Amino acid sequence: MTKREAVFSKDTENKKLTVTRSFGAPLATVWRAWTESEILDQWWAPKPFKAETKTMDCKSGGHWLYCMVGPEGERHWCKVDYHTVNPESHINSSAGFCDENGTPNLEFPIMHWDKNFKAEGDETKVYIEITFDKEEDMNTIIGMGFKEGFTAGLENLDEYLASH
Amino acid sequence: MRRDVFQAIADPTRRAIIGLLALQAMTPNAIAENFDSTRQAISKHIKILNECQLIEQKQNGREIYYHFNPQKMKEVDLWMEQFRKLWETRFEQLDNLLENLKPKKS
Repeated sequence: MTKREAVFSKDTENKKLTVTRSFGAPLATVWRAWTESEILDQWWAPKPFKAETKTMDCKSGGHWLYCMVGPEGERHWCKVDYHTVNPESHINSSAGFCDENGTPNLEFPIMHWDKNFKAEGDETKVYIEITFDKEEDMNTIIGMGFKEGFTAGLENLDEYLASH
Repeated sequence: MRRDVFQAIADPTRRAIIGLLALQAMTPNAIAENFDSTRQAISKHIKILNECQLIEQKQNGREIYYHFNPQKMKEVDLWMEQFRKLWETRFEQLDNLLENLKPKKS
């Protein structure tokens, strides 16, 4: 399998991050992977974190309440509110941190997500736009990615070293 | 007002100033000569870059020279790089899953 490249961009002026990536599966399959909790739980959290869904109702007006479980068992709860869900095409939602009952933690920034799914032959392209209310919020989120990404990066390095 | 490197590099003129200073230290006047904007406008950009520590000023006789601070620029790279890694790990996990989820071709 060839390594696929994700394209990232950061637009500070519009407080927007974009990520575009194509996947080697038909639209229907990729859509399921982004909208069914049993599948999301298997990939959404970057290793060594694990995602665990509590409740999910992926339709307009529905929500997804899940937690990211860290390597030492620490739990970070997140809630996604789905504003618009157009099957196999588009999802518009807001996401933020919360407690296990879904009560929002307002100390952390809210992210507004807009995802578009397009079939391209046998492949599927996913366009993700994440916008923030404030520029500071964007930097906070990137900074948090720093922490998780760093741990994940080390994990990958471990695997690499073990296999060589 | 709080300033950070991301705000500094959000503006194309400021990126161009960083580009100039990466090649050599320059006085504010020498910087402004490279742009069509007014000196005041350029001087405002310089002020922001200086506040974000992307450039530093050093007195040389009667003149002030601005120097590029590469260390600060690395912060931007490092930050973005970690964000990128998070998503790449996530997507690679999804790639592996999709292989198993795909309808089997007959």
